[in-house]
Amino acid sequence: MTHDRSLRRPPAPATHSIGQRTPLVDGIEKVTGRAKYTADLPLGRTLVGLIGRSMVAHGLIRSINTARARAIPGVLAVITSEDFSAPYGVIPIAQNEWPLARDKVRYRGEPLFAVAAVDEATARAALAAVAVDIDALAPLFTSADARAEGAPLLHENKPGNLERTVEQDFGDVQAGFDAADLVLKRSYECAEVAHGQMELNATVAQWEPERERLTVHSVTQVPYYLHLMLAQTLGLDSAQIRVVKPFVGGGFGHRVEPLNFEMVTAALARAAGGTVKLELSREEVFLTHRGRPSTVSRIRIGLKRSGEITALDAEVVQRGGAYAGYGLVTILYAGALLHALYRVGAVRYRGYRVYTNLPPCGAMRGHGAVNVRFAVESLLDEMAQQLGIDPFALRRANLIEAPYRTLNDLQVNSYGLPQCLDAVEQASGWHTRRGKLGPGRGLGMACSHYVSGSAKPVHWSGEPHAVVNLRLDFDGAITILTGASDIGQGSNTLLTQVVAEVLLLPMARIRVIATDSALTPKDNGSYSSRVSFMVGNAALRAAQALREHLVEAAATQLKVSADRIEWAGESCGVAGSDQRLDFAQCVQAALAVDGPLTVKGSWSTPLETQGGKFRGAAVGSSAGFSYAAQVVEVEVDEDTGTVRVQQVWVAHDCGRALNPMAVEGQVQGAVWMGMGQALQEETRYHEGLPVCCNLIDYRIPTIAESPPIHVTLVESMDPLGPFGAKEGSEGGLHGFPPALINAIADALGLRMDTLPVTPDRVFDALQVRRRERRLLAQRAARQEVTTP
Amino acid sequence: MSTSLLKLRVNGHAHTVAAPDNALLLDVLREQLDLSGTKQGCDGGECGACTVLVDGAPRLACITLAASVQERAIETIEGLTQGGRMGRLQQAFHENLGTQCGFCTPGMVMASEALLRREPHPDEAQIREALAGNLCRCTGYVKIIESVKAAAGYTP
Repeated sequence: MTHDRSLRRPPAPATHSIGQRTPLVDGIEKVTGRAKYTADLPLGRTLVGLIGRSMVAHGLIRSINTARARAIPGVLAVITSEDFSAPYGVIPIAQNEWPLARDKVRYRGEPLFAVAAVDEATARAALAAVAVDIDALAPLFTSADARAEGAPLLHENKPGNLERTVEQDFGDVQAGFDAADLVLKRSYECAEVAHGQMELNATVAQWEPERERLTVHSVTQVPYYLHLMLAQTLGLDSAQIRVVKPFVGGGFGHRVEPLNFEMVTAALARAAGGTVKLELSREEVFLTHRGRPSTVSRIRIGLKRSGEITALDAEVVQRGGAYAGYGLVTILYAGALLHALYRVGAVRYRGYRVYTNLPPCGAMRGHGAVNVRFAVESLLDEMAQQLGIDPFALRRANLIEAPYRTLNDLQVNSYGLPQCLDAVEQASGWHTRRGKLGPGRGLGMACSHYVSGSAKPVHWSGEPHAVVNLRLDFDGAITILTGASDIGQGSNTLLTQVVAEVLLLPMARIRVIATDSALTPKDNGSYSSRVSFMVGNAALRAAQALREHLVEAAATQLKVSADRIEWAGESCGVAGSDQRLDFAQCVQAALAVDGPLTVKGSWSTPLETQGGKFRGAAVGSSAGFSYAAQVVEVEVDEDTGTVRVQQVWVAHDCGRALNPMAVEGQVQGAVWMGMGQALQEETRYHEGLPVCCNLIDYRIPTIAESPPIHVTLVESMDPLGPFGAKEGSEGGLHGFPPALINAIADALGLRMDTLPVTPDRVFDALQVRRRERRLLAQRAARQEVTTP
Repeated sequence: MSTSLLKLRVNGHAHTVAAPDNALLLDVLREQLDLSGTKQGCDGGECGACTVLVDGAPRLACITLAASVQERAIETIEGLTQGGRMGRLQQAFHENLGTQCGFCTPGMVMASEALLRREPHPDEAQIREALAGNLCRCTGYVKIIESVKAAAGYTP
C-alpha cells in the first residue's frame, strides 16, 4: 500500500456488496482452466494407487494373499484392513465401516485391498496378483428380503437388518382422522438416485516418514470430518495430519462424509513412505455411492372440506445399503420435515432404515425429505381434486404464521410460502391456462421447504457452530480465513460479500483462504445448507469486530470518541467536521497499536432452534427454514409415454438474496436435479452388480431436454440469518417431482406413483388404463344387452 | 507398446513429446504439457468435460489418440485467453454464472467456441444441439444458455 500522498486518488465512496449480482470470486480460475482440482495438483511425481474390490455381494473373508503382488518390482505397498486401526463413520454412534473390508464383505464392489506402484500398469498387475478367498453368504438385495424373518444379518448387532426404527407420534392422530371429511391412503415408490457430480473422486496423500506427518488433498465437502476419521482409522494424532481441500467439482452430498478411498490413499502413502495419488473411475464413483435410497412411502392424510390438514400418517422404508453412513439421519429427516411446511393437526411417523447388500446410501441434496415430500404433495393434489378445491387454495388453507413452533418442536422464524404461492400462481398463468393447454399437456404445482443448517452439528463438542478469522496487515488487504468448503455453490463469494458489506469496502480488497487445516479455523463442512446461514453469520461478526478495531484506531488518531467516527469504507471521518482518514491511514493507525490484526467471528444456533427433547429431535431442527413453491408444465406423448417438461416457474424464500444471481443459479440447479430424479435417473442392480454405473446409462438430463426455469426470489428477512438470509440450494428440489406428477395427472388424468416416470412406466400405466376402460365399456355394453 | 515422438500443435505452439502409441490426447495434454484445464469426468466419451478443438471442431480428448492428431491445430481452454484477456465465452460464462463448480466449464466453453465460430448468432435450439454432449450437474443449463447468448452479443 502506497503512502505517497501525491499518488493517492480520492477515496472511493462506501461500497455495497449485499444484494449485488456479483460473479464468483473464483470464477476467472474456472473459466480459464487455471482452477486446480485434486487431480490437477502439481505435487510432483506420485505413486499410483488402485483399489481391489469384492466380486461377491455378501460373504466371509477367509484370506487375502498379497505375497505375489508385493513381489512385483515397482510395487511399493499392498494394504488390507490390517493396515487400519479402527472403523469409521460420519455419525459417532454408527461407525461400522472399515476403509477396506474386515472379516466380511457386504456389497459387490466393496474395497478389499489396495496397491501403490510406480505406474498404472504395475499397479494393475499388482491388483491382479492378489488372491482373495471369500465364503459367499446369501445376499439380501431388497428391503423386504432383508426384513424377512430368519434373514441373515449384515451386522450382528442389528436385528431385522434395521439400522434405525423411528416411531414418532405428535398430537392426537386418531382424533384428527375422525374429524376429517376425506381420508385417503396411497403408497409411493422412488428409485435410488446418485449425485453424479462431474468431478471424479481423487485424493493425493503425502506421508513424510522422517517426521511421521501426513498431508491429504481431497475432493471432500467435509475436510474437518475427514481429518478426524484419518486420525481414527490410521491411529494417528490429529496434530500429525493436515487436510487441504482444493477446488472441488460439485458434491451434492456424495462427499459430505469421509469416504473409503480417502483413508485408503492415506494408508497407502504411509505404507509406501511417499506420495500416492488415487483417482477413481466413474464406475467406482457409482460404487462409492452414498446416494438417495430407494424408498417406499405409505401416506395417509385427513382433510377437512376446507382443505385443512387434520392428520398425517407416514410410513417410510429406505433401502439403505450395506453400511450406516448418514442413514439414521436420513430416516429421521423424512419424519421431521413432515412438519414446518404447513400447519398439520397431528402427525404419526414410522421410519425404517434397512441394511441390504448394496452400495451404501447417504446424504443427497434435499437430504431425507425429498421422497416423502413427493408422496405428501402428490396425495394432497389428488385429494384437492376429490374435494373440488384448487391446489393453491388447499395449500393456503394450511399456512403457518411465523414465529411458529411445530408439533415436533421446530422453530419457524420466517415464512415466505404465501408470497411464493402468489408468485408462481401468477407467473405460470395458473388460473387462465390450466385445463386449457390441449391434449397431453398439463400444469402441476407443489410446495417444499428445507433447513438452513442442521442446528446441532454431527460431532457435538460444545464449540461454536461456525468460526471465521479475518486478517489485516500492512498491505491493507483483508484475508478471510475460513474452513467452509466451496464446492461450486459459491461460499467463498458469499463470505466475501458479507465481509465487504460490513466494512463498506470494495470486494477487490478482500481475499479468501479456505479449507486448509494448517491455516483456517475448523468448519463442520458444506452440508445441510449450513454455510450461508452459519458461516455467513460468523463472517458478519468477524467483519464487525474488525470494523470496531479500525474505528477505535481512527478515533484515537483523530482524538475524538469512537461514536463520533463515521465509517465509509475506503475512508472515515469525524461527524460534522472535515477531519478524515483514508483506509491506508486507518490501517496504519490500527497496526500501530499492536501490529497485524487477526480477529474472530463466531456463531451458534440459539438454543430454542435446536429442537425438542425426544430421541432424534436434533434432526430437522434449524435456525431458519427456506420455503418454495413451483409450477411445472408438461407435455406427454401418449403413443410413447415420453414426458417433456416445457417450463418451470419456481419461487424460493431465501430470506434475503445476498447475491441474487448466485441464488437463482442454486435454485435452478436444485429444481433441475429434482427433474432428473423425477424423469429419468435411476441406479439399477443385477444380483447386486450395478448396471448403470456410467453417464450414458445413468441418465443425467442433457441440455437438450432441460427446460427454462423461471425463478422468483422471495425475501422474508429471517431474524437470525445474516442480513436476513436463509438457504437457497436445496429446498427447491423437493417440490419438483410432485409438481411433475401432478402436471401429468392434469395432462392425462393419470396418477403416477413411482419415480422416475420413464417412458416405459408411463406407457405401461396408459396401457393399463386403456385395458380397464375397454373392460368397463364391454361390461357396460353387456349390461345394456341384459338389462331390458 | 512402443513409444514414438509426436509432433503436436497446441494453442499455436509446436511441441514434440515422447508418448506410447496408445497415449490419449487427454493424458498428453494434462500430464506432459501441463494443460490441466482439460478435465476427465468419466470413463470415456460420456460427459464432454474433455472437449478440445481439433482444426476448429469439438473433439473428446479422452477418446482421441494423441498420435492421430499430429500436425493438426489443437486448442484447449488455456488457448482462449490471449494477452491477459479472457475470450468472449470465458468472459460471458464468468459474468453470467455459466459456471458453478467449474468442472464441466472448460469443455462447455470449448464446445460453445466451436459453435460460435461456425454460427456467430445461434438460436437457442442450435445452442442446445451444440452442447448436448456436455453434461453439467450444477446449473440446470439455464445460465449456460444465457452465457452463450451473451457471448454471441444477444442482450437479455
